[in-house]
Amino acid sequence: MTRVAVVRFPGSLDHESAARAVEGLGAEAVEAWHAQPELPEGTDAVLIPGGFSYGDHLRCGAIASRAPVMDAVRRHAEGGGRVVGICNGFQVLCEAGLLPGALRRNATLSFVCRQMELEVADDATPWTSGRPAGDVISIPVKNNEGAWYGDPDAARVVLRYREDLLGSTDRVAGIASADGNVMGLMPHPEEACDPLLGSTDGRLVLRGLIG
Amino acid sequence: MTQVVVTVMPKAGVLDPQGQAVAGALAQLGFGGVGEVRIGKRIELAIAGDDPAGQARAMCEKLLANALIEDYSVEVA
Repeated sequence: MTRVAVVRFPGSLDHESAARAVEGLGAEAVEAWHAQPELPEGTDAVLIPGGFSYGDHLRCGAIASRAPVMDAVRRHAEGGGRVVGICNGFQVLCEAGLLPGALRRNATLSFVCRQMELEVADDATPWTSGRPAGDVISIPVKNNEGAWYGDPDAARVVLRYREDLLGSTDRVAGIASADGNVMGLMPHPEEACDPLLGSTDGRLVLRGLIG
Repeated sequence: MTQVVVTVMPKAGVLDPQGQAVAGALAQLGFGGVGEVRIGKRIELAIAGDDPAGQARAMCEKLLANALIEDYSVEVA
């Protein structure tokens, strides 16, 4: 069984729903505490969940990206291991330099919480379950600093918003590392894994942790 | 202890929605002469040891500023 380490910082919020979603896909979820310099024994993949790590102080994800556990996440990623960062987790991966770019205040200057339609931009990563480019999936966002800023040509854009609401460069919703094993996205796939929540498209993303 | 002031500003060309919102509010209040508004951070540090300015610059590189989207300046009080 795939063992997914769900990283928990002070201020993480979505670790429980993320663990539930991962378990719903038949994997095992274990907690990785921010102050530990190693990932739990037998970790196969890493999920950095959403929330407000360290109160979002200084910049979102900045302080968490320097926490001891992130050295272990970096080693895991550099060894080819799969890592996904969701929302605040995406901000942490950018601040850690594991993904290019940075996340800035939404152009709306407001917290945006709604279902969003996303286009598959790159179908060759493990994070869209082989859906062809141009396919549309539906996953909610809930963030205040969700506008990705960076050079889209220097990033591997995996998902794009159909509608330019947050002010993200080139409508970027999610990007992967050059090798594709590290993925970050602002939408919350863990909140789109149960038909009761209106969409199960989040599974297409989270299966990347398992495949 | 040496007092060091670090100023962190969004880089030119990076959208500053906070500054834009404040510019709009100022115009609404009748301050017609305001062009662009940009909002950053001031960080006050009390630093011990040699070369406080150099230490502060190292802190900016490592944590206090994100070079992709922000510029910083260091001033020893």
